[in-house]
Amino acid sequence: MRTYTCKVLGWEPGDMKVIPAEIGGGFGGKTTIYLEPLAALLSRRAGRAVKMVMTRSEVFRATGPTSGSVMRIKMGARRDGKLVAATAWMAYEAGAFPGSPIGPGVMTVLAPYDIPNVLIEGFDVVLNKPKVAAYRAPGAPMAAFAAESVVDELAEKLGMDPIELRLRNAVTEGVRAVYGPKYRKIGFVETLEEARDHPHYSAPLGPWQGRGVASGYWFNFGGETTATVSINEDGTAVVMSGCPDIGGTRAALAQMAAEELGIDVHRIEPVVADTHSIGYNDMTGGSRVAFAVGIAVVDASRKLIDDMCARAALIWDVPPEDVEWVDGRAQSVTGAAPPLTLEELASGSGNTGGPLSATVTVNPRGAGAGFSTQICDVEVDPETGLVTVLRYTVVQDAGRAIHPDYVEGQMQGGAVQGIGWALNEEYIFDRDGVMENPTFLDYRMPVASDLPMIDTVIVEVPNPDHPYGVRGVGETGIIPPMAAVANAVHAATGKRIQDLPMSPVRVLEALSEN
Amino acid sequence: MARVFFPTSLQQLAGGLEECEIEASTVRELFARLEDRFPGIREQLASAAVAIDGDVVPGALLERLEPDSEVHFLPAISGG
Repeated sequence: MRTYTCKVLGWEPGDMKVIPAEIGGGFGGKTTIYLEPLAALLSRRAGRAVKMVMTRSEVFRATGPTSGSVMRIKMGARRDGKLVAATAWMAYEAGAFPGSPIGPGVMTVLAPYDIPNVLIEGFDVVLNKPKVAAYRAPGAPMAAFAAESVVDELAEKLGMDPIELRLRNAVTEGVRAVYGPKYRKIGFVETLEEARDHPHYSAPLGPWQGRGVASGYWFNFGGETTATVSINEDGTAVVMSGCPDIGGTRAALAQMAAEELGIDVHRIEPVVADTHSIGYNDMTGGSRVAFAVGIAVVDASRKLIDDMCARAALIWDVPPEDVEWVDGRAQSVTGAAPPLTLEELASGSGNTGGPLSATVTVNPRGAGAGFSTQICDVEVDPETGLVTVLRYTVVQDAGRAIHPDYVEGQMQGGAVQGIGWALNEEYIFDRDGVMENPTFLDYRMPVASDLPMIDTVIVEVPNPDHPYGVRGVGETGIIPPMAAVANAVHAATGKRIQDLPMSPVRVLEALSEN
Repeated sequence: MARVFFPTSLQQLAGGLEECEIEASTVRELFARLEDRFPGIREQLASAAVAIDGDVVPGALLERLEPDSEVHFLPAISGG
């Protein structure tokens, strides 16, 4: 935020302090700037605080949706289900200037599968519509809608269970991704097996009901990061990061610090600092915070423990290697002295070198890739075309779920956003390119009463490049839902709908086709 | 020697090659060797993400390469 705003205004980063507020959801739309330069400039001119607010309609019209897109996917397989070739032609709308997420689109479209012969063409299409912006796993969900619909169609033609077809072609560690590098440790097969064995997958269905399955892949991201861990005089701790919490990351960071320091998590206060109070941090986005900031917090905690052990050694007049950290206390390995608690070390820190605090900066590699497989049951009303989601299960590899409730929340939220994309959500433009539905009255998002409880299965294939095995979980969950819903609609009606959203009108049109 | 893979967008600059082998001990040296061989390519590489042995490596210029390293150049991706 500070970098972008200063660049627009020609200011130096030191000229501006950004104080993070509670955001709620991020979803990509909060990774860039809108009114911030105007507010900053007006504030400087006026010498007063300036608040600028966009109305909901302005947000709809001016902040950018994700890309509209057109795709053609073709896959070939042997009778045993082994995929032998695939082509993908993909065109993504960018708005008035280039910059659609066609890059991640072409990289993810066939990423779940080991296919020996692949040709993918991608086009960044400039046109007279508003510019597009990042939206949760930018470019991947629409690609998966196309590809996973074709995988479903292929399974039907082969007379093969769709999860079995995916299992026969799933990428694993060491397989070369369609975009080049070989996969490191990943958990795609595990998500497929969990989905196949889940009671949902074999539950009976009624008339006009159908079940669909789809999978999705997302890279995840690391990014430049600073974190500080400090001990107060009473032995409580503060974990400071610079990334606003949009998915429960404060809790996860506190838990990782608590695990390292050996103290109760309730004795740790996680804080999101302003830009003058902590070193540089990349944006909150790319499902990066629990991964990258987590590494910095764990490293800072370990640095602090080394420091506290050294101070205990100083107090006891023993070599540092004779001190170990056990259950939140410095302990002599020889039993030469009674243990020193965190509180004792903190309250006496003035005599051992000053306050207890450690800062670590990282720019980590190894953001573990995420895979999700999802199961959807729908019922289609043949008179109205209304599609009702009856049951929905998200199976996703989290690497290691530090705070399982928040991880489940990310999986559920991703699925719900994807279901909205599948069934209702669309920007409608008139002939002059003006958006006609810029309010939540006309832009139909799913609400709690529209959907069943989203069931979740957290798969844990640890990421070897994070001390606790964490993978990003924020984005992967939104990738499979459109295809999962479409495949379920096909199972219920025999109609394969290839345009989104699958609104009642569009479903009725499909049902009326012979 | 490091095995270097070119994305489609760079293959014209790389003389039509999909991949080649280059002797280099760091990414910075790799970029220099590639520029020697394919003039103009370094400018294009500056905006690409570098993946070494399957991992996208942020700020990769000073990263060391092993004799059997695989290097890919990808679009820079962060996320939403």
